[in-house]
Amino acid sequence: MRTEVRFAGFGGQGIIRSGLILSMATCIYSDKNAVQTQSYGPESRGGSCKSEVVIADEEIDFPKVDDPDIVMVMSQEAYYKYGVTAKKGGVVLVDPDMVTDRNDPREVKMFDVPATKIANEVGKTIVANVVMLGALTAITGIVTPEAVRKAILRNVPKGTEELNMTAFEKGYNYGTQLAGQRND
Amino acid sequence: MRSRAVLTGTHFLSGDLACAEGAIAAGCRFFGGYPITPATEIAERMSRRLVEVGGVYIQMEDEIGSLAAVIGASYTGKKAMTATSGPGFSLMQENIGLAVMTEAPLVIVNIMRGGPSTGQPTMPGQQDVMQAKWGSHGDYEIIALAPSSVQEMFDLTIDCFNLAESYRVPVMLLADEIIGHMSERVKIPAPEEITIVDRKKPKGPPNEYQPFKPDDDLVPPMGCFGEGYRFHATGLTHDEKGAPKTVSVEEQTKLVRRLCDKIRKNTHKIVRVQEVMLEDAEVAILAYGITSRAALSAVRKARKEGIKAGLLRLITIWPFPTELVAKMADHVTAIVVPEMNYGQIVREVERAAKTTPVSLLSKLGEEPHRPSEIITAMRKALQ
Amino acid sequence: MKQTERMTQHPLTKYLRSERMPHIWCEGCGNGILLNSFLTALDELKVDLDKIVVVSGIGCIGRAAGYVNVDSFHTTHGRAIAFATGVKLANPDLQVVVISGDGDLFAIGGNHFIHAARRNIDIKVICANNFNYGMTGGQYGPTTPLEAWTTTTPYGNIEHPFNLVHLAAASGAVYVARWTALHVRRLKDSIKKSLQKEGFSFIEVISPCPTIFDRYNKRGTAVDVMKWFKLISNVKHGHDPAKTEITKSQIMVGEFVDVERPSYGRLLRDMTKKVQEKLKEKKAK
Repeated sequence: MRTEVRFAGFGGQGIIRSGLILSMATCIYSDKNAVQTQSYGPESRGGSCKSEVVIADEEIDFPKVDDPDIVMVMSQEAYYKYGVTAKKGGVVLVDPDMVTDRNDPREVKMFDVPATKIANEVGKTIVANVVMLGALTAITGIVTPEAVRKAILRNVPKGTEELNMTAFEKGYNYGTQLAGQRND
Repeated sequence: MRSRAVLTGTHFLSGDLACAEGAIAAGCRFFGGYPITPATEIAERMSRRLVEVGGVYIQMEDEIGSLAAVIGASYTGKKAMTATSGPGFSLMQENIGLAVMTEAPLVIVNIMRGGPSTGQPTMPGQQDVMQAKWGSHGDYEIIALAPSSVQEMFDLTIDCFNLAESYRVPVMLLADEIIGHMSERVKIPAPEEITIVDRKKPKGPPNEYQPFKPDDDLVPPMGCFGEGYRFHATGLTHDEKGAPKTVSVEEQTKLVRRLCDKIRKNTHKIVRVQEVMLEDAEVAILAYGITSRAALSAVRKARKEGIKAGLLRLITIWPFPTELVAKMADHVTAIVVPEMNYGQIVREVERAAKTTPVSLLSKLGEEPHRPSEIITAMRKALQ
Repeated sequence: MKQTERMTQHPLTKYLRSERMPHIWCEGCGNGILLNSFLTALDELKVDLDKIVVVSGIGCIGRAAGYVNVDSFHTTHGRAIAFATGVKLANPDLQVVVISGDGDLFAIGGNHFIHAARRNIDIKVICANNFNYGMTGGQYGPTTPLEAWTTTTPYGNIEHPFNLVHLAAASGAVYVARWTALHVRRLKDSIKKSLQKEGFSFIEVISPCPTIFDRYNKRGTAVDVMKWFKLISNVKHGHDPAKTEITKSQIMVGEFVDVERPSYGRLLRDMTKKVQEKLKEKKAK
């Protein structure tokens, strides 16, 4: 089974890091294969940014996302570009405070996760990506929360472990609630 | 610090970092380079790791100086490398010629991005594969390998060093931005499981040493600076003693032919390819690097759809495996060559395939070929 | 040794690859004097000839590397210093000397020069300055004086020349000197001093080019040029390098810079030691 995940936002939101955490969680802390690729512009901050993860039980040939099962959108530009790219029945996570102009496709499962808002409550906007990752873990179940926790600890700067773990738990709980409310 | 040299175990690394680890594991102890997207992460990793293992990292003023310094380090007996991308690779061309002429074993990594000129620095390309072979002036042969996974960024970097040491030639690792920045699981073996080749040393007394006198394999043993050989090397045409021979037809012919033949005549030993489902294939894809992964997916999908497809993946791009391609061409009705350029290796394929039709599937910019596009191209080729 | 043998054997023969003689230099050229001073310096210092590397670039003086009987390398145009940087850092036990010309070191190779000086790479650079590209028939270069005639300045040179010692000093060289081909003993002493000093050193040797530049500019024979050097050179040790510009009436010569600054190699070795000790501590824990 092959699952394709796309993270999209702008530079500085930790989009690439999200992809790295998810793929590390899958291929190092679980027994699946994963590959992470990315696309970014010349800007370190701002500018559109995309990170892709392919997860599979079998060996992964094509490492890029072709027809995404899961899309995570964290900026208006990313929404315009990738908001409608998820395949039929796929999952789309949107940060509603970052994306105001919307025209959600019907054939996908949309989940609004106010990740930036939650991150601010936790203490720092910068961990919004980890909140999102928590929600994604809960909603999609593609990887265990324990594996993601381990991968987060390997990927965040020293001294920010607690902040990131809190962000992950908040996102995970939010995602669990959202998933529970839905019955489709 | 031997224990720090090989980070045995399973890691999750980007292609660039795996390349740096492969270099350290291969015994590379000198890196001269200049930062450039998308190869910078190799320099960053080397700047940290080389100090740990007692090597030298120096960030030179440009790529011209980088390769010059790498040749200098190689001449002291150190295994040395540089890493760059298109614009830097262009600047290195003059000293690639010098490394060829003075038979300096070294490794040049090129993480290819979109060109020409500054082009698209953060986007992938396979646009330097011809430049790798033909970029410097004069006739020469080099070796170039094309990794298609992060694991191969590690493995083939080691192979590059071994080939450089075996043939006294600059060896290139031609990867692309996707492979360089892609992260995958990498297995780094135990040091004793890694094959390391060192250059041949001269056997006779130092005062009889002739630095460019080849053995039967056309490769001269290499004495190094400081070992008492007191020899001279020059970018000028030279005789076996290293003395400049700037007006001799005979010496020019002899030297240039040997420099080329030491690679050409060993092509069968150097070349490596991966063959997938070619036995009964009607249509073959020839691909390398990132493109070969889309091609592999396409072949698998096409087989399910009843198309007899196969893949010839080039691991060695230069010397070009002409004979292997010719043999394959005899057994298929069409060959498709997907490349992230506007038609480069396809020319070599056409030359080898003779009458078998060869079609180029060109792609430029951010995205590599999708497997579906390759399947469409195969169907078209079979019509 | 018999009398006749002693007569025919030049005292510096053992330092030369005699099979490469005769050299390609014109009679009256300063390159031979430069090379002689260098070899005499090696002789007097009893330098271990297995542990010295001579590197040169392209140009008349670039052939010097091929003539000396030590490990030597003749690089691409302008890249001698960059190559030498690699040699010195990869094997710090080697003494690395770059012998090249003004065009090679300061036009095409200018960037490598200033950065090697800035980093204080422990190499010794000896530059033959003949004010033009002699090997290719006398085109103007980065040191050609204003108004001088060369084959590419048919109406006179309109480019301002570099003051090489000023450039070297400003870039960070720890030893900077200038002599003319006339100052053989002082040149040799400077070379000896630089070989014994750690860090980037630069010695400029003002050299006659009787076949090309001096002829084009009507400076007379090599002897005339040497007489002229004698007339206008002014020895001023410790003089401000910024005020040593070569003019028609004066060539300021002497040792202009002699300071101490840790070399790149030393700093690298110190850093490596510290990093490795830390790693060991970490491992022990």
